Amino acid sequence: MKIIVWIEFSHGKVKSASLEALGSARTLAESASGEVIAVLCGPGAGQAASSMVTAGAHRIVTIEGESLSNSHVDAIATEVAQLATAESASMLFASATSVGKEVIALTAGSLGTAVAADCISISHEGDAYCIERPVYAGKAILRQKVVSDPAVISLRPNYGKQVEREAATVTDQQSTADSVLKRTGFIEGSAAKMELTEAEIIVSGGRGLKKPENFALLESLADLLGGAVGASRVVVDAGWRPHSDQVGQTGKTVSPKLYIAVGISGAIQHLAGMSSSRTIVAINKDAAAPIFQVATYGIVGDLFEVIPRLESELKAVLQ
Amino acid sequence: MKIAVCMKRVPDTATRLSFASDGTSIDTSEVQWVISPYDEYAIEEALRIREQHGDGTVTVVCVGPESSTKELRKALGMGVDDAVLATSDEPLDPIQTARALAAILSKRGDDLILFGRQSVDSQGAQVGALVARLLGHPFVNDIAAMAVTDGMIRIEREVEGGREVIEGPLPVIVGADKSLNEPRYPKLKEIMLAKKKPIETVPCDGGAPSLETIALTPPPPRPEGRIIGEGPEAVEELVRVLREEAKVI
Repeated sequence: MKIIVWIEFSHGKVKSASLEALGSARTLAESASGEVIAVLCGPGAGQAASSMVTAGAHRIVTIEGESLSNSHVDAIATEVAQLATAESASMLFASATSVGKEVIALTAGSLGTAVAADCISISHEGDAYCIERPVYAGKAILRQKVVSDPAVISLRPNYGKQVEREAATVTDQQSTADSVLKRTGFIEGSAAKMELTEAEIIVSGGRGLKKPENFALLESLADLLGGAVGASRVVVDAGWRPHSDQVGQTGKTVSPKLYIAVGISGAIQHLAGMSSSRTIVAINKDAAAPIFQVATYGIVGDLFEVIPRLESELKAVLQ
Repeated sequence: MKIAVCMKRVPDTATRLSFASDGTSIDTSEVQWVISPYDEYAIEEALRIREQHGDGTVTVVCVGPESSTKELRKALGMGVDDAVLATSDEPLDPIQTARALAAILSKRGDDLILFGRQSVDSQGAQVGALVARLLGHPFVNDIAAMAVTDGMIRIEREVEGGREVIEGPLPVIVGADKSLNEPRYPKLKEIMLAKKKPIETVPCDGGAPSLETIALTPPPPRPEGRIIGEGPEAVEELVRVLREEAKVI
């Protein structure tokens, strides 16, 4: 059994979500004496690979070359599909980040199969693999058997476990794939620096913040915790926050280890998008707000008093 | 310009789900169906491109049960010209859906095909990409802005820290994100006109599945939470439990 894991990196740094996917692949391979091949594509792949030689791969393949430098991810997916075919891989893994979802779906398309997308668990059942994935933004859990060959699976960030193993061998290849679409520019700004679905801590705000400027309170708290800022649909629709910050069924489904909901009452579609977070803190002045039904810990009170106090208490213990 | 928009009908996101007795699906008897919200951005963008170019057609293509014609009429009411429905009463996996759509699209030769970035029910974000590979077209998901001029497309998509600009020749398949536009409400006159617009139904052939459903269940209940206290005085205790009980900071 061979498992290929597509590894995402930016600015030379490998994403921790990719290392989780690699760890899960290694754990699965060890129960079936399989081999794990990590693949990194694009400029800087070699350098990024050197930072993860002990992260669980038996082999690492880096693919660099002129054609990938300004190509859209189409070309990367073509390279990954070619490698999967050349290696006769029985499984393909990636982390379900926004780019990861796109790469793995295109790769699956090239191989004529579907992706078991955004999985939270993978297990053997006889000689087949069974997966579980949240659907309807977590209002339901779908259990499926993967019957395609190869099995193509993306793992939800914060669900896999990183591992440390013996050093992998690294081989380099030159890219041959190209894409019709080219990246021709980059506009700084607008989108958040940290992808919400990958954040370990999210501080999220709703209508209770009263005006857009007050999100500075949450920005500051999120910075202190090394987290990202999220928002409810109401404030995104009102234009207070970019849509990329929106948590919920019509925005992003998130599963951080800590979700702090500030001034969010908790509409069904919002609860659906965040209730798989490990620990949920709700701060709201309305004790009857639905958000308290999913909260691990709640404080009933005025957020404009609670948040500054929370920040100063946290500063005291974290420094 | 010949434009196709692939759309799916989904339960309204404000609905509380109830589960069917077969253990593998939801009980749809009380469900309020809507066009999947991201697909509405795709439809709106297609209409705007047709309006800007002053000619062309917009067709919605859908895979689903016969009753999906109701949601297709809503799209026609927004100003879409016609619709094609591949009828299937069986649930399909993403590759089966993609094959059924590709069978229709491959005969059409569209300049531009739009999807929503993902459906809000199964949330796989993959059918657009699968169709792209089946048709041999390039694909870009999560697009925040786009413009078409002289057979070329310019796309902006949100990535970490900003927007990536992507350019190239048509035909292209894109997945619409929320910031693309503000979908219009159908006007009464358009709704009346929509009743006469054609909906072609075709047989659905999805081939063999990649994924077989074993069970659909409610998520495990969250462990009972608790109110720590009221006002800023409760903060000290909150920080303690986050560190000592939850161990998250």
